[in-house]
Amino acid sequence: MSDAPVFADGLDEIAQEFLVESYENLDELDRALVALEKEPNSRPLLASIFRTIHTIKGTSGFLAFNRLERVTHVGENVLSRLRDGHLELTPDIATVLLQMVDVVRALLGTIEQTGAEGDVDTAAVEEALARVLDPKPAAAEPEAPAAEPAATAAPAPVEDAPVLDDTDDVLHDGADEADGPAAPADVEEETPVEQVLEKAPAPVVAVPAPAAEHVEAPVHPEEGEQRRSIADSSIRVDVGLLDQLMRMVGELVLTRNQVVQYTADLQNVELQRASQRLNLIASELQEGVMKTRMQPIEGVWSRLPRVVRDLGAQCGKQVKLVMEGRETELDRTLLEAVKDPLTHLVRNAVDHGLEAPADRLAAGKPAEGTLTLKAYHESGQVVVEVSDDGRGMDPVRIGNKAVDNGLVSRDQLARMAEREVLDLIFRPGFSTAEQVTNVSGRGVGMDVVRTNIEKIGGSVDIQSVLGEGSTVRVRIPLTLAIIPALVVRQGGEMYCIPQVSLLELVRIEGDAEGAGPQIEHVAGAPVHRLRGNLLPLVFLSEQLELPREGREALNIVVLQSEGTQFGLVVEDVVDTQEIVVRPLSRQIKHVEGFAGATITGDGRVALILDIAGLSQRAKAVGGSLSAMSIEEQISSEDWDANGLLVCRVGQDRRVALPMGDIARLEEFSDGDIEHAGDTQVVQYRGELMKLVHVGSLLGLAGQMHSDRYSVVVHRHDGEQPLGFVVEEILDVIEQELQLSDVGTRGGLQGSAVLQGFVTDIVDIPALVAAARGGMYV
Amino acid sequence: MSEPAKLAQLCTFTVDDLYLGVDVTEVQEVIRYQAMTVVPLAPPVVRGLINLRGQIVTALDLRSMLGLPEAPADELPVNVVIRDGADEAVSLLVDQIGDVVDVDEIAFEEVPPTLTGPARELVLGAYKLPGRLLLVLDTRKVQDVHLRGLAAASA
Repeated sequence: MSDAPVFADGLDEIAQEFLVESYENLDELDRALVALEKEPNSRPLLASIFRTIHTIKGTSGFLAFNRLERVTHVGENVLSRLRDGHLELTPDIATVLLQMVDVVRALLGTIEQTGAEGDVDTAAVEEALARVLDPKPAAAEPEAPAAEPAATAAPAPVEDAPVLDDTDDVLHDGADEADGPAAPADVEEETPVEQVLEKAPAPVVAVPAPAAEHVEAPVHPEEGEQRRSIADSSIRVDVGLLDQLMRMVGELVLTRNQVVQYTADLQNVELQRASQRLNLIASELQEGVMKTRMQPIEGVWSRLPRVVRDLGAQCGKQVKLVMEGRETELDRTLLEAVKDPLTHLVRNAVDHGLEAPADRLAAGKPAEGTLTLKAYHESGQVVVEVSDDGRGMDPVRIGNKAVDNGLVSRDQLARMAEREVLDLIFRPGFSTAEQVTNVSGRGVGMDVVRTNIEKIGGSVDIQSVLGEGSTVRVRIPLTLAIIPALVVRQGGEMYCIPQVSLLELVRIEGDAEGAGPQIEHVAGAPVHRLRGNLLPLVFLSEQLELPREGREALNIVVLQSEGTQFGLVVEDVVDTQEIVVRPLSRQIKHVEGFAGATITGDGRVALILDIAGLSQRAKAVGGSLSAMSIEEQISSEDWDANGLLVCRVGQDRRVALPMGDIARLEEFSDGDIEHAGDTQVVQYRGELMKLVHVGSLLGLAGQMHSDRYSVVVHRHDGEQPLGFVVEEILDVIEQELQLSDVGTRGGLQGSAVLQGFVTDIVDIPALVAAARGGMYV
Repeated sequence: MSEPAKLAQLCTFTVDDLYLGVDVTEVQEVIRYQAMTVVPLAPPVVRGLINLRGQIVTALDLRSMLGLPEAPADELPVNVVIRDGADEAVSLLVDQIGDVVDVDEIAFEEVPPTLTGPARELVLGAYKLPGRLLLVLDTRKVQDVHLRGLAAASA
């Protein structure tokens, strides 16, 4: 299975973690044992010591450090007796236990250096411990006093209430097992601890220090500094402290920026040199502090093989999990935040993305599906990809599902690009119980995935090829502490916009006569026409209840948040800056519109705009209009029926069709066109729709050469639909018509200048009548 | 404190014709007027945000809070920065800073009945000093002014 190599890779690290943890525990143990001597009946102390030894025993068994396991096992038995009150701690028992700690430490040292237990002698301590458990043989020896208190300890305070209920079983197990190692020990050896140690041929051990108190000394190898290297090379630091450091470094970086900026204007070479140095040091410091919070993404990935394995088995699928870039690092808090979304995506890929082996074979793919996790850094962000080579997502099924769930209407769906359709799976409400079993479906809780990723300033997008698989790409910022932001001005103050939300900047100049740029309104909402799409506009001045700026030009910051695109109109776009996000004080926390504050490069305080909040406003302002296409406008009921649809026919002739009874815009391909007599027709929603070529109506030679037909569907109440074929649909405009009768002929109302072009205005009723009568066709 | 009478030290300032004080231990520093960043949509008592050596501090307008008329435009207020219990700092904008005054706890009195309006709620009590009355501000209430505002709005 795919887990095997993962495990092999991780082994070293597990052992290292084990070592670090154990060293810490041992230090604690030393303290606890000494404290225990003063307070021999302290159950909490005993319980904690027991737990520590038990942990080491468990892990060493897992890592196959057998001798370590044996020593701690016997030690554990002694401790469990102590804890249950069957034994009372005497200085001698304490000594033996401390010796055990030292031997454990020696073993760990050898493991750290050689990766194996080496030949540290453990027998002596094991025997000493065994003797504590079974003092009879030892009683004959000079060490007898050690045993006596232990023996008399039996009637000592036995409260049948172990501190830790859950370790109770473990304790009893331990006690049972104790017979095993204890029995042979007391038969073979009756030597006191010191002698055993002296005899012990431990090669690392410097022989002439046999006294129990000095056990620690001999087990130290000469290169003592190296021995502690793992434990000394890492320390535990309060995350809060790191956060504070991070914040301060952020401020330092900003101050550095100011200093560098100011000194550049000065002629003092020394100062400039110093400022350069400051520049470098601050950058390195920033990097260093940031690193303290960085962890490889592996930490999150490590549990995924298991998830995949289990889920694969559950769904009867064979899955090969490939992980690339597991060493990619990102901020700890972010790591935590992407954990669940990533798991979710992986589950989805296995559950819905990959096919069953039989289906895969039928599709000409290997039976085993491949799930690839890839992480890498790209332009200041971490990208995590979850891709599968499964069936891919079927836009048709997703679309139908969305329609069934009432997320979009059929009309809206028909006009959506494939990418937009796939995007529907991120809409809240897309997932349903049915969805889980739906073959095509993916997107159980995908809205939650997107929300969570956007919450940390990331983004999610999806690519899919039907039959070949899907890729979900998650982009996450490297850190939350310093973020790039766009600085804009409004009413004399600066505001910051996090760049993750930023799509583009658009500036619209007024026309030559000094009139301000035209803002269009659709359904009462201000919009900007951006490459054929309508972008709802939100005016920052209005949102902040500030006086309106002059409108010689319109600065539109195109933003995206929570799946909504909108344009934020600001007075001026100033700059981009790196900013440190600070929370708002409680006096202004509840004020809407701001996500935080920061200090900009010039030392002023600037507020950070709450883009998610603004996008909500945009939704409210634009209604369902968000990034609505021209086609969508037409179906929008509020559209003024006096509007004109501007189209191109022939090479460069422009015609305008009054919007009155225009129902929809459609596209048909050559193959859709059928002939009924001389007339071209297409099947349209179960009806036959006659096509009328507007070009030929105008007497233009030659028909369209493309194999795509743009068709304006006209439908008057209850009548059969009629399709006007044009070369290209250009625009929707609202304009008072000043008709001239130049070139008037059948089917045309006349001509007018629209958007600077001479445009023929189509007389639709005449055209319809003619079409029904068979004329002009 | 070996004195039998408990002494307190108050940092004093004036706001319009009111003579006010807060315990010196609560005052972090007093600084001259700073350029401020206005917070749109914030309650009127929030005059703006200032950069106090890298710390973002909210400046609260005591005149507005106490229901007093706005100061003449050419008179710039002074920042009395007080530490917040929650480790934040706020600046109280006052007209003029006064001395640090030693007061005897014994001289402390309830809020005088002559004091009315919003000031009454924000004052803990008063010390009768020769010739004038020193009102002690309740800094906790002053800082929670946003909550009062909300309560008033919903009431």
